[in-house]
Amino acid sequence: MASASRAPVAVTGMGVLTSLGIGKADNWSKLTAGQSGIRAIRRFPTDGLKTTIAGTVDFIPVDPFCSTDLAERMADVVVEEAISESGIGSKGDFPGPLFLAVAPVEIEWPHREMVAAASGANDTVTYDDLLRAAAGGRFHSIHQRCMLLSVSDHLAERFGTKGSPISLSTACASGASSIQLGVEAIRRGEAAAALCVATDGSINPEALIRFSLLSALSTSNDVPERAAKPFSKNRDGFVMAEGAGALVLEDLQHAKARGAKILGVIEGCGELADSFHRTRSSPDGKPIIGCIRNGIADAGLTPDDIDYINPHGTGTPENDKMESLAVSAVFGERASSIPISSNKSMIGHTLSAAGAVEAVFTLMALEHQRIPPTINYEVPDPTISLDVVPNTARDAKVTHAISNSFGFGGQNVSLVMAREPA
Amino acid sequence: MAEASRETWITGVGIVSCLGEGPEAHWQRLNAPPPPPDSTTFAPYVVHKITPLELDKQIPKKGDQRQMEAWQRIGTYAAGLALDSAGAKGNAELLGRMDMIVAAGGGERDEAVDAAVLSGLRSAANKGTFLNERLMSDLRPTLFLAQLSNLMAGNISIVHGVTGMSRTFMGEESAGVDAVRIASSRIQAGQSDIALVGGSFNAERKDMLLLFETGGYAMKEPYAPVWEREARGGGLALGTLGAFLVLESRESATARNAKPLARLSSVQSDRVRRQPGAVAASLTRMWSAIAPKVTSGRAAILSGASGAEPATAEERSWLSSVPALPVRATGTYVGHGVEPQFVMNIALAAIALGHQKLPAPASPFEAAMDKPLSQVVVTGVGHWRGEGMALVEAAG
Repeated sequence: MASASRAPVAVTGMGVLTSLGIGKADNWSKLTAGQSGIRAIRRFPTDGLKTTIAGTVDFIPVDPFCSTDLAERMADVVVEEAISESGIGSKGDFPGPLFLAVAPVEIEWPHREMVAAASGANDTVTYDDLLRAAAGGRFHSIHQRCMLLSVSDHLAERFGTKGSPISLSTACASGASSIQLGVEAIRRGEAAAALCVATDGSINPEALIRFSLLSALSTSNDVPERAAKPFSKNRDGFVMAEGAGALVLEDLQHAKARGAKILGVIEGCGELADSFHRTRSSPDGKPIIGCIRNGIADAGLTPDDIDYINPHGTGTPENDKMESLAVSAVFGERASSIPISSNKSMIGHTLSAAGAVEAVFTLMALEHQRIPPTINYEVPDPTISLDVVPNTARDAKVTHAISNSFGFGGQNVSLVMAREPA
Repeated sequence: MAEASRETWITGVGIVSCLGEGPEAHWQRLNAPPPPPDSTTFAPYVVHKITPLELDKQIPKKGDQRQMEAWQRIGTYAAGLALDSAGAKGNAELLGRMDMIVAAGGGERDEAVDAAVLSGLRSAANKGTFLNERLMSDLRPTLFLAQLSNLMAGNISIVHGVTGMSRTFMGEESAGVDAVRIASSRIQAGQSDIALVGGSFNAERKDMLLLFETGGYAMKEPYAPVWEREARGGGLALGTLGAFLVLESRESATARNAKPLARLSSVQSDRVRRQPGAVAASLTRMWSAIAPKVTSGRAAILSGASGAEPATAEERSWLSSVPALPVRATGTYVGHGVEPQFVMNIALAAIALGHQKLPAPASPFEAAMDKPLSQVVVTGVGHWRGEGMALVEAAG
């Protein structure tokens, strides 16, 4: 293991899109103003649902709505922004591989209804009817859209990434995993640059109901913008949201040699899976503690070097308790004085995209030396003694920051970032 | 940058399919005439159904079995076989630093719920409200966890304790190719010492058949072997299978006295826009990285040809003209399992190398091979996109 390179990897382009808006500048100004992108869902009827709010991206029209179509369009937008900023390659010719985090692509209800309507079945519709209707090739577009590589293949074609595009899922850690894969490929010397993208347009009835049935979502529907309350005593679940993030990663020497502006570096990646339960962390917190420590060690740092934490911070009772425990274990006495602020209080939980979206915001915090707040922090949880940067953004000296992402299935990833090394 | 490359050894194999469970069962059946797939359960579609598994042998807790759908149980079972084969089962220290890369498709639907909702939607006064009500009341809360692509990896962590790293590559044949490629690259670059890599596919689902039928790929009766489908326009005889490998650096395996089943010397993957000639061009490009190592005169090809056209005809033509080595298409035996297909074929290559023998031919296109086998080139041409190739060599 010791033989592998652990060199920092440059970030030379970034793009971001959330329920707050399109692009780095708009998002950053709203994020540091403590603005929320959470609103009542208007995309589909919410009668009978326990949760009726989300961070939907409604300003990119997709009609008829299809989650994968939205995910793809958002990815296009953030990749354009990132590549344009980096100035790498030429139009349609990105000189490296693609690592895409995306929600599992699947046949959605409108597709299923379309085939059912064509089946001619009257009272009852069965899968046999769907199969009969699907034969003959008139629904070829469903195969093209719903095969799992459809978004990555589209991006590879449009932006001219090299080699086989990787489409990955590590649940809510997916965005961070896409960056990790890019960092590793560059450290192996396989590529001088990598395009790491994460996108999620999951707000449709079934996806919302799935999380709702697991009791993971906030039901504070009355005032949507105040529903996401990470680290507060009255936190009651996360708020689903849509968004996308993209990073152009580049070998540091390669970036310097071409005179690229270096926006920051990924110094280290940590990972450690949890074998305790499908949706819950090990009660001793060992896997997430180990994950954070692995990230810091991979960066060649010690916990004392970290001066900002961008937490997973979902606002579920369980996550914030366990993350707080882990932060206390790793950082010891310093834990209560290191600023830790959850972007999800404003943009909600962008699921597969979260790790990349929040990496972009962490790098922007490093660039601007300013930390976005955790909003909706009105009722402190006495068992969580952290500096959550309550409600108002703050200027701060930030040299090394860490961003955590934890997902169902025991997925844990921590990324350590810094400004350009001197 | 990259250090001097280390060797990747295959130290464990875990496979299940319609042929049975484990290396010996597969070896026996590959040397007999191919078993015909099932053509009644999903008539008119043909499907290679998996051999019944005694799940308790690899997934001891009934509670764990209940939390999974079939595709996850098959994968978790095959992963357990691979860990047993590598002598890694229960070795907490080793499992705690073991990489895992899973190639997964999408999760299983509840067909009864889908059908009931679709039926009701026809006459619902307010479709949106009806959909909400039915899904809220009819979806099992844990079904989502059985559908999430990364929850096969999650279950393997829980059941077998693999926790060093966990990543899931989603979708299509490429996912399997890239899972093996990246796991091996990490080992060769010193980023990792040992990895569990593989996946599973459950063909015995109407929702899965629907996905492939929308593209016109699902094969209907009458069945024909992989090389003999061109005249009828090709088709995928989907096969349920699970396949995992334990890949390990030579240093790691030697230090714990693990024996190599074979050496994984090269893994290539590619993406081309599928136009006439593109598959052949891609195979030629990948072959150029592998051919210089194929010098034994005792090499053969295990083809992952899916039976889908035009990809299979193009691969067949390329195979006879470029490497011109004896070929076997394993899809005729195990069916097409999409994501884990490439992993299955690397496993079968390792098994054949252990016997120093290529299985018997099963088609006029497949030439006999009398010489002892020491190198196998595995191809993985996706049914409509994604290309891969690997070189597996006898150990030692």
